[in-house]
Amino acid sequence: MKAENKFSMTVLSRSANESFARACISAFALQLDPNLEEINDIKTAVSEAVTNCIVHAYKEGIGKIYITAEIFESNIIRIKIRDKGCGIENIEKAMEPLYTTVGGERAGLGFAVMQSFTDKITVRSVVGKGTTVTLTKKISQRFGVNG
Amino acid sequence: MSVEINVTGEVVTAYLKGEIDHHSAKEIRDNIDNAIELNMPTLLVLDFKDVGFMDSSGIGLVMGRYRNLVKSGAELHITGAPPQIYKILKLAGIEKLARLEER
Repeated sequence: MKAENKFSMTVLSRSANESFARACISAFALQLDPNLEEINDIKTAVSEAVTNCIVHAYKEGIGKIYITAEIFESNIIRIKIRDKGCGIENIEKAMEPLYTTVGGERAGLGFAVMQSFTDKITVRSVVGKGTTVTLTKKISQRFGVNG
Repeated sequence: MSVEINVTGEVVTAYLKGEIDHHSAKEIRDNIDNAIELNMPTLLVLDFKDVGFMDSSGIGLVMGRYRNLVKSGAELHITGAPPQIYKILKLAGIEKLARLEER
Protein backbone atom coordinates (compact mmCIF):
# COMPACT_ATOMS: atom_id res chain seq x y z
CA MET A 1 0.00 0.00 0.00
CA LYS A 2 1.52 3.31 -1.10
CA ALA A 3 1.05 6.39 1.05
CA GLU A 4 -0.67 9.36 -0.60
CA ASN A 5 0.92 11.76 1.83
CA LYS A 6 3.54 11.52 4.52
CA PHE A 7 4.84 13.59 7.39
CA SER A 8 7.83 12.95 9.65
CA MET A 9 9.17 14.67 12.70
CA THR A 10 11.72 14.02 15.42
CA VAL A 11 11.40 15.45 18.89
CA LEU A 12 13.39 15.09 22.07
CA SER A 13 11.78 13.09 24.87
CA ARG A 14 10.91 16.18 26.87
CA SER A 15 7.41 16.26 28.35
CA ALA A 16 6.73 19.69 26.80
CA ASN A 17 6.76 17.87 23.43
CA GLU A 18 3.72 15.73 24.32
CA SER A 19 1.29 18.52 23.40
CA PHE A 20 3.44 19.62 20.43
CA ALA A 21 3.50 16.11 18.90
CA ARG A 22 -0.23 15.48 19.24
CA ALA A 23 -1.02 18.94 17.83
CA CYS A 24 1.22 18.31 14.78
CA ILE A 25 -0.23 14.88 14.01
CA SER A 26 -3.83 16.02 14.47
CA ALA A 27 -3.15 19.00 12.17
CA PHE A 28 -1.78 16.59 9.51
CA ALA A 29 -4.87 14.35 9.94
CA LEU A 30 -7.20 17.30 9.24
CA GLN A 31 -6.85 16.76 5.47
CA LEU A 32 -8.96 13.59 5.96
CA ASP A 33 -11.78 15.79 7.27
CA PRO A 34 -12.21 13.90 10.55
CA ASN A 35 -15.05 14.73 12.94
CA LEU A 36 -14.29 16.11 16.38
CA GLU A 37 -14.38 12.71 18.05
CA GLU A 38 -11.96 11.20 15.52
CA ILE A 39 -9.49 14.06 15.85
CA ASN A 40 -9.64 13.78 19.65
CA ASP A 41 -9.08 10.02 19.40
CA ILE A 42 -5.93 10.59 17.32
CA LYS A 43 -4.64 13.27 19.69
CA THR A 44 -5.22 11.04 22.70
CA ALA A 45 -3.59 7.93 21.19
CA VAL A 46 -0.53 9.92 20.03
CA SER A 47 -0.22 11.55 23.43
CA GLU A 48 -0.20 8.12 25.10
CA ALA A 49 2.46 6.74 22.75
CA VAL A 50 4.73 9.79 23.08
CA THR A 51 4.31 9.80 26.87
CA ASN A 52 5.35 6.14 26.96
CA CYS A 53 8.60 7.05 25.19
CA ILE A 54 9.29 9.77 27.77
CA VAL A 55 8.23 7.89 30.91
CA HIS A 56 9.42 4.38 29.99
CA ALA A 57 11.76 4.19 26.97
CA TYR A 58 14.00 7.09 27.99
CA LYS A 59 13.42 6.98 31.75
CA GLU A 60 17.17 7.33 32.34
CA GLY A 61 17.59 10.47 30.24
CA ILE A 62 16.67 12.29 27.06
CA GLY A 63 16.47 10.59 23.67
CA LYS A 64 14.88 11.10 20.30
CA ILE A 65 11.30 10.17 19.40
CA TYR A 66 10.72 9.53 15.67
CA ILE A 67 7.16 10.14 14.52
CA THR A 68 5.79 9.41 11.06
CA ALA A 69 2.23 9.82 9.84
CA GLU A 70 1.04 8.46 6.50
CA ILE A 71 -2.26 8.85 4.72
CA PHE A 72 -3.56 6.07 2.50
CA GLU A 73 -6.46 5.61 0.14
CA SER A 74 -9.83 4.94 1.80
CA ASN A 75 -9.18 7.63 4.42
CA ILE A 76 -6.75 5.66 6.55
CA ILE A 77 -4.06 7.29 8.68
CA ARG A 78 -1.13 5.29 10.04
CA ILE A 79 1.07 6.82 12.72
CA LYS A 80 4.39 5.33 13.81
CA ILE A 81 6.02 6.39 17.06
CA ARG A 82 9.51 4.97 17.46
CA ASP A 83 12.16 5.31 20.14
CA LYS A 84 15.64 3.92 20.66
CA GLY A 85 15.13 3.46 24.37
CA CYS A 86 15.18 0.50 26.76
CA GLY A 87 12.58 -1.62 24.96
CA ILE A 88 9.75 -3.67 26.45
CA GLU A 89 10.55 -7.06 27.93
CA ASN A 90 7.02 -8.45 27.85
CA ILE A 91 4.74 -6.64 25.40
CA GLU A 92 1.67 -8.71 26.30
CA LYS A 93 2.07 -7.82 29.98
CA ALA A 94 2.76 -4.16 29.18
CA MET A 95 -0.50 -3.98 27.26
CA GLU A 96 -2.62 -5.30 30.12
CA PRO A 97 -4.90 -2.57 31.50
CA LEU A 98 -3.72 -1.11 34.82
CA TYR A 99 -0.25 -2.71 34.48
CA THR A 100 2.52 -0.20 35.10
CA THR A 101 6.17 -0.53 35.97
CA VAL A 102 6.68 3.01 37.20
CA GLY A 103 3.93 3.20 39.85
CA GLY A 104 3.29 6.66 41.26
CA GLU A 105 0.38 8.25 39.48
CA ARG A 106 0.62 6.42 36.15
CA ALA A 107 -2.70 4.66 35.65
CA GLY A 108 -1.28 1.89 33.46
CA LEU A 109 -3.90 2.61 30.81
CA GLY A 110 -1.75 3.98 27.98
CA PHE A 111 -2.03 0.95 25.69
CA ALA A 112 -5.70 0.39 26.64
CA VAL A 113 -6.46 3.95 25.50
CA MET A 114 -4.46 3.51 22.26
CA GLN A 115 -6.34 0.26 21.56
CA SER A 116 -9.70 1.76 22.30
CA PHE A 117 -9.18 5.01 20.37
CA THR A 118 -7.71 3.55 17.16
CA ASP A 119 -8.66 0.64 14.87
CA LYS A 120 -5.37 -1.21 15.14
CA ILE A 121 -2.20 -1.04 17.20
CA THR A 122 0.98 -3.02 16.70
CA VAL A 123 3.93 -2.92 19.07
CA ARG A 124 7.40 -4.12 18.14
CA SER A 125 10.16 -3.95 20.69
CA VAL A 126 13.67 -5.20 21.26
CA VAL A 127 15.11 -4.88 24.76
CA GLY A 128 17.99 -2.43 24.72
CA LYS A 129 17.21 -1.28 21.17
CA GLY A 130 13.82 0.42 21.28
CA THR A 131 10.14 0.22 20.52
CA THR A 132 7.90 1.06 17.58
CA VAL A 133 4.19 1.60 18.12
CA THR A 134 2.04 1.75 14.98
CA LEU A 135 -1.46 3.17 15.24
CA THR A 136 -3.94 2.85 12.38
CA LYS A 137 -7.28 4.59 12.16
CA LYS A 138 -9.87 4.87 9.44
CA ILE A 139 -11.55 8.24 9.27
CA SER A 140 -15.22 8.18 8.35
CA GLN A 141 -16.07 9.77 5.02
CA ARG A 142 -18.77 12.25 5.79
CA PHE A 143 -19.49 13.23 2.22
CA GLY A 144 -19.95 11.31 -1.02
CA VAL A 145 -17.02 10.75 -3.35
CA ASN A 146 -18.08 13.76 -5.38
CA GLY A 147 -17.97 15.94 -2.29
CA MET B 1 -2.97 24.45 32.16
CA SER B 2 -4.23 25.93 35.37
CA VAL B 3 -6.41 25.03 38.31
CA GLU B 4 -8.56 27.36 40.36
CA ILE B 5 -9.55 26.16 43.81
CA ASN B 6 -12.75 27.23 45.55
CA VAL B 7 -13.53 26.28 49.14
CA THR B 8 -17.09 26.42 50.49
CA GLY B 9 -17.55 24.88 53.93
CA GLU B 10 -16.40 21.28 53.68
CA VAL B 11 -16.41 21.23 49.87
CA VAL B 12 -13.30 21.86 47.82
CA THR B 13 -13.95 22.47 44.12
CA ALA B 14 -11.06 22.41 41.65
CA TYR B 15 -11.84 24.11 38.33
CA LEU B 16 -9.41 22.60 35.81
CA LYS B 17 -8.53 24.57 32.69
CA GLY B 18 -6.54 23.73 29.55
CA GLU B 19 -4.95 20.40 28.66
CA ILE B 20 -4.14 17.57 31.07
CA ASP B 21 -1.23 15.33 30.12
CA HIS B 22 1.86 13.89 31.80
CA HIS B 23 3.58 17.29 31.44
CA SER B 24 0.88 19.33 33.17
CA ALA B 25 -0.49 16.77 35.66
CA LYS B 26 2.13 17.32 38.37
CA GLU B 27 1.34 20.98 38.94
CA ILE B 28 -2.41 20.31 39.05
CA ARG B 29 -1.86 17.43 41.47
CA ASP B 30 0.26 19.55 43.82
CA ASN B 31 -2.32 22.37 43.85
CA ILE B 32 -5.23 20.04 44.61
CA ASP B 33 -3.31 18.09 47.24
CA ASN B 34 -2.37 21.33 49.02
CA ALA B 35 -6.05 22.33 49.12
CA ILE B 36 -7.06 18.89 50.45
CA GLU B 37 -4.41 18.99 53.16
CA LEU B 38 -5.32 22.52 54.21
CA ASN B 39 -9.12 22.17 54.19
CA MET B 40 -9.78 18.49 54.95
CA PRO B 41 -12.93 18.45 52.79
CA THR B 42 -15.71 15.85 52.97
CA LEU B 43 -16.22 16.32 49.24
CA LEU B 44 -13.81 17.12 46.42
CA VAL B 45 -15.36 18.27 43.14
CA LEU B 46 -13.18 18.16 40.03
CA ASP B 47 -14.74 20.38 37.37
CA PHE B 48 -13.61 19.47 33.82
CA LYS B 49 -15.83 21.79 31.81
CA ASP B 50 -12.91 23.97 30.66
CA VAL B 51 -10.54 21.09 29.92
CA GLY B 52 -9.85 20.84 26.19
CA PHE B 53 -7.82 17.63 26.24
CA MET B 54 -6.97 14.82 28.60
CA ASP B 55 -5.06 11.54 28.20
CA SER B 56 -4.57 8.73 30.72
CA SER B 57 -2.37 11.02 32.85
CA GLY B 58 -5.68 12.59 33.89
CA ILE B 59 -6.94 9.17 34.98
CA GLY B 60 -3.86 8.84 37.18
CA LEU B 61 -4.63 12.29 38.59
CA VAL B 62 -8.24 11.34 39.44
CA MET B 63 -7.30 7.93 40.89
CA GLY B 64 -4.53 9.46 42.98
CA ARG B 65 -6.87 12.07 44.48
CA TYR B 66 -9.48 9.36 45.14
CA ARG B 67 -6.89 7.33 47.07
CA ASN B 68 -6.05 10.38 49.19
CA LEU B 69 -9.71 11.15 49.90
CA VAL B 70 -10.89 7.66 50.88
CA LYS B 71 -8.39 7.62 53.75
CA SER B 72 -10.51 10.30 55.46
CA GLY B 73 -13.85 8.99 54.21
CA ALA B 74 -14.35 11.92 51.82
CA GLU B 75 -16.11 11.68 48.47
CA LEU B 76 -15.15 12.62 44.94
CA HIS B 77 -17.41 14.10 42.27
CA ILE B 78 -16.46 14.78 38.66
CA THR B 79 -18.52 17.35 36.83
CA GLY B 80 -18.66 18.96 33.40
CA ALA B 81 -16.64 16.28 31.59
CA PRO B 82 -16.64 17.04 27.84
CA PRO B 83 -17.38 13.99 25.59
CA GLN B 84 -13.72 13.05 24.89
CA ILE B 85 -12.87 13.25 28.58
CA TYR B 86 -16.04 11.41 29.61
CA LYS B 87 -15.09 8.63 27.17
CA ILE B 88 -11.65 8.15 28.72
CA LEU B 89 -12.98 8.35 32.30
CA LYS B 90 -15.56 5.65 31.45
CA LEU B 91 -12.86 3.50 29.84
CA ALA B 92 -11.00 3.59 33.15
CA GLY B 93 -14.16 2.76 35.15
CA ILE B 94 -13.94 5.98 37.18
CA GLU B 95 -17.74 5.91 37.73
CA LYS B 96 -17.10 3.07 40.22
CA LEU B 97 -15.02 5.43 42.37
CA ALA B 98 -16.73 8.77 41.92
CA ARG B 99 -19.97 10.37 40.81
CA LEU B 100 -19.37 11.18 37.14
CA GLU B 101 -21.31 13.80 35.23
CA GLU B 102 -20.92 14.60 31.54
CA ARG B 103 -21.01 18.22 30.34
